[in-house]
Amino acid sequence: MLTPELEKWRVAIEKEARNQGLDFFETVFEILDWKEINEVAAYGGFPNRYPHWRFGMEFEHLSKSYSYGLSKIYEMVINNNPCYAYLLHSNKLVDQKMVMAHVYGHCDFFKNNIFFSPTNRRMIDVMANHKTKIQRMINKYGYNPVEAFIDICLTIENLIDYYAPLIKRQRDEKHSQLGDEDEENTEKIRIKKLPVQREYLERYINPREFIEEQQKAAETKRGERKKFPEEPVKDVLAFLVEQAPLDKWQRDVLSMIREEAYYFAPQAQTKIMNEGWATYWHSKIMTTKILTDSEVIDFADHHSGTVSVGSGRLNPYKIGLELFRDIEDRWNKGRFGKEYDECDSMVEKLNWNRNLNLGRKKIFEVRRIYNDVTFIDTFLTPDFCLEHKLFAFDYNRNNSTYEISSREFQAVKKKLLCQLTNFGQPFIEVMDANHGNRGELLLFHRHEGVDLRVDYAREVLKNIFTIWKRPVLVETRMDDRLKIFAFDGKEHKEYDTKEGA
Amino acid sequence: MILKIEQDLSRFKQIVRGKIKEELRKFITRGELIGKQGKKFISIPISQIDIPRFRYEDRQMGGVGQGEGAVGTPIGTDEEGDGQAQAGNQASDHILEVDVSLEEMAQLLGEELALPRILPKGSDRIVSSKTVYRGVRPSGPESLRHFKRTYKQALKRQILSGRHDLARPIVIPYGEDKRYRSYRVIQERQPRAVIIYMMDVSGSMGQEQKEIVRIETFWIDMWLRSQYKGLETRYIIHDAVAREVDAETFYHTRESGGTIISSAYKLALKIVHENYPAAEWNIYPFHFSDGDNWSGNDTMECLSLLEKEFFPLCNVFCYGQVESEYGSGQFLKDLKDRFSEKSEHLLTSKIEGKEGIIESIKTFLGKGK
Repeated sequence: MLTPELEKWRVAIEKEARNQGLDFFETVFEILDWKEINEVAAYGGFPNRYPHWRFGMEFEHLSKSYSYGLSKIYEMVINNNPCYAYLLHSNKLVDQKMVMAHVYGHCDFFKNNIFFSPTNRRMIDVMANHKTKIQRMINKYGYNPVEAFIDICLTIENLIDYYAPLIKRQRDEKHSQLGDEDEENTEKIRIKKLPVQREYLERYINPREFIEEQQKAAETKRGERKKFPEEPVKDVLAFLVEQAPLDKWQRDVLSMIREEAYYFAPQAQTKIMNEGWATYWHSKIMTTKILTDSEVIDFADHHSGTVSVGSGRLNPYKIGLELFRDIEDRWNKGRFGKEYDECDSMVEKLNWNRNLNLGRKKIFEVRRIYNDVTFIDTFLTPDFCLEHKLFAFDYNRNNSTYEISSREFQAVKKKLLCQLTNFGQPFIEVMDANHGNRGELLLFHRHEGVDLRVDYAREVLKNIFTIWKRPVLVETRMDDRLKIFAFDGKEHKEYDTKEGA
Repeated sequence: MILKIEQDLSRFKQIVRGKIKEELRKFITRGELIGKQGKKFISIPISQIDIPRFRYEDRQMGGVGQGEGAVGTPIGTDEEGDGQAQAGNQASDHILEVDVSLEEMAQLLGEELALPRILPKGSDRIVSSKTVYRGVRPSGPESLRHFKRTYKQALKRQILSGRHDLARPIVIPYGEDKRYRSYRVIQERQPRAVIIYMMDVSGSMGQEQKEIVRIETFWIDMWLRSQYKGLETRYIIHDAVAREVDAETFYHTRESGGTIISSAYKLALKIVHENYPAAEWNIYPFHFSDGDNWSGNDTMECLSLLEKEFFPLCNVFCYGQVESEYGSGQFLKDLKDRFSEKSEHLLTSKIEGKEGIIESIKTFLGKGK
C-alpha cells in the first residue's frame, strides 16, 4: 500500500509512462523497511521461496552491507502479472519517484521483450507452490535429505538450454515417435539374398555363414545407431529428470529447480538491455514531467550514482542507457545502412543528418526482439567504444594482476560477447548416457577458449554422481589438450585423451 | 515482526558454525583470530560457502571495463558495489567474514576439545551486588523520568477532575504527575575469577615462544570468560625481576637477561593478597616459561612458594613450558620430581610447538577446575 502522496505520484508517473508509449502489466508497489526488502531481495524478489540456507546467506550479506553503508537496495521488481515492485521505506520522495519510473521501464521490458515471452507470468504463485511442496517433502523425509538433494540440484542449475523455450527442437518430435522406433527395433533384420534359380545352388550362392555374418554386422550397426542420446542434449537438467534413477520426490525437486532456472534465465540474458531501458525511461520521465524544481539536484545526484563507473568495471545501467541513446540518435539522423557505412568522408559522417526521426520507433523495436548478445553484436560501434573508453582486460600471469589488454574495437566486442554468450557459463552437453556400455554418463564441454575451473568441476561431477548413481565423466580441453575428468563414486580421475571419449 | 527468512538464516548460521568447528583446530594453531576480536564478537574468516558449478577459470576469462588507462595499466579488482546492489558477473574468491559471539566461540572450543564445565569453588559464599531498575516512584532525578507513566498519571488526574476534553485531548503533566524509575540493589551469588598470567621474557624466550604463549592464553582466556562473568586478568612479566604490565606489553616485550622465577611468584602472591581474597575469588595462575631458572636455590624457593602459598589459594596452578632451543627445560623436571603427576593443585604441560597448543589447552582446562 502506498501513502496518498506516493499514490498521487504513482498515478502521474504511470500516466506519463503510458503517454511515452510504454506498455506494461498492472504494477503493484509495496513499501518495505530495510529488513523486509533485504528478505525479499534474498529471495530473488519473491515473497515466498522454498527453505534453503543460501537465501539466509544472501540475507546476511545484504543486511551487513546495508548496515555498514556499503550498499542499499533501491528498487526491486519481479516479472509477473501483475508486476510486483518494492520501495524502500526510508527513501526520500524524489528517490521513490525515480524508482517508480525505473520500475515501469522494467515492467514494459518484461511484457514486451520476446525472450520473456515464455516465462510464467504467475511465477509468484509457482514459487509459493514450490515452497509448499518442498515443505511437505521436508515433513515427510526430513530436513537434511531434502536440503542435501537441493544442494546437489543447485550445482547443475546452470546446465539448461538457455535458448530452448523459444526453439522447437527435433528432439521433442522424435520423442513422441519413440513408440514406433521401439517396435521397429525388436524386429529381426532380414538380409537380402541373391536370387537363386536352382534350389540346389542356394548353398553356394548364399552361403549360410555369409548371411549370418551380414546379419550380425547389420545388428551391431543398428546398436550403434541406438546410441543414447542420439544427439547431444543441452538441457542436462531435463535429461536427468527424465533418465536418472531418482525417487519421485527427487525428480520433483529437480524439475522445480529447473523451472525456476528457466524463469530467471531471460533476466540474465538481458541484463544490460533491461537496466539500460529502465534507466533510459526513468531519466526521460523524471526530467520531462515528474521532477519538481527543488528535487533536481537530488535526482541528478542519484541518477549519476546509478550510472557511475566504478573502478573500471562495466556498469550495465550505464552501458545499456548509452547504447539506447546512441541508437535513438543514429536512427534519428539516419546514420545507418549501406550509404552511411560506405561513406569515406569523416566530415560528412560527422555532420550526417537525414532527419529521419526513426529513433523512438527503433529503440522500441530493439527492446522487443534483441537480447544482450545480439544487442551488443548489432549496435556496439567503434565510435561508441572510443567515446565511452571501453577496454578489454586480461589476467597477466607475470605480475598477477588484471591489466588492460586492448582498446581495439574488435577485441573489446569479442570479449564482451564472449562474456555474455550463455551468460558466461560454459556450454555443457550430455554426449552419451551409456558410455563404454557401462551406463556411465559422459558430458562434453564445448571449449570456447576458456578452460573450466578444475576444483569446481570435480565437485560438480561428484554431485551428478549422486543423481546418476554411475560414474560421471566430462570431456574438456585444458591447456590445449583434450582431457577427461571422471568421478566413479570413490575417487576423482583425470586422463589425457587424443581423439576424445 | 518475524521474518520468513529467519529459518534460512539460522540454518545458514548453523552451517557456518559447523564450518568453523571443522577448521577450529587450524584457527587455534595459527593464531590468526587474535586481533580480530571485538568486544562481544570475533570475526572469523572462512572460505566462502559456495555452491559448486561448472564455471570458467577466472584468470583466463578477463572481461570488459570502462575508463582511462593505456594498454598494460593494471585495473582494480575490488568488487565492491557503487551504491547499487548489483552483483558483478565475475565472482571472485571471497573470504567470508562471519561474526561469532565470544560465548559461542568458547562453546565451540569446549565442544571441540571436550572441555568440561568448570565447577567454581565456594560459589555460595561469593556475593556480588548489582542494581536493577524496577518500578516507579514519584521522585527522582529528571534523567530517570518515565514519560509514559507520567503522562498516564496526568491523564488519570484530568479524567478524575473532569477536565479532560475528548474533542481536544491534550494532556499536560504537572509536578505531582511525574513518575521516575526506581532502582533496587540485588545481591547475587556469583562466582568471580581472576587469571594471573606470568611469562618468562628472558633472553631465551624468542618471538616464536611468545607467539605460542599469546595464542594459548587467548583461547584459555576465551574459555574461562565463558565460564565466569566479569573475569579479571592480570599480567606479569619477569626476567630477573618481575613487574606487572598491561596486556599489550605482556605480549610484545622482549627483555633479556637472567631468569628468577620466584620474583614472578612473589609478585603474583602480592597481587592476590592485596586484591583477591581466596574466599571470594577463583584464582588461576598461569605461568609460561622455557624452563630455565637462574639457580637451584631459586627453584627450591619456587617449589616451596607453590606448595605453601599458591596451592591453598588457587583453584589450580598451571605451568606451561614452551620448548625453546636455548632453554634447558629443567624447571618442569624439578616440578615433576617434587609434586606427583596426579597433584590436585598443579597442572603442567610441555608445549613443543604450535601444534602442541591444543593438547596443552586440554591439559589445563580438561580437569574442570
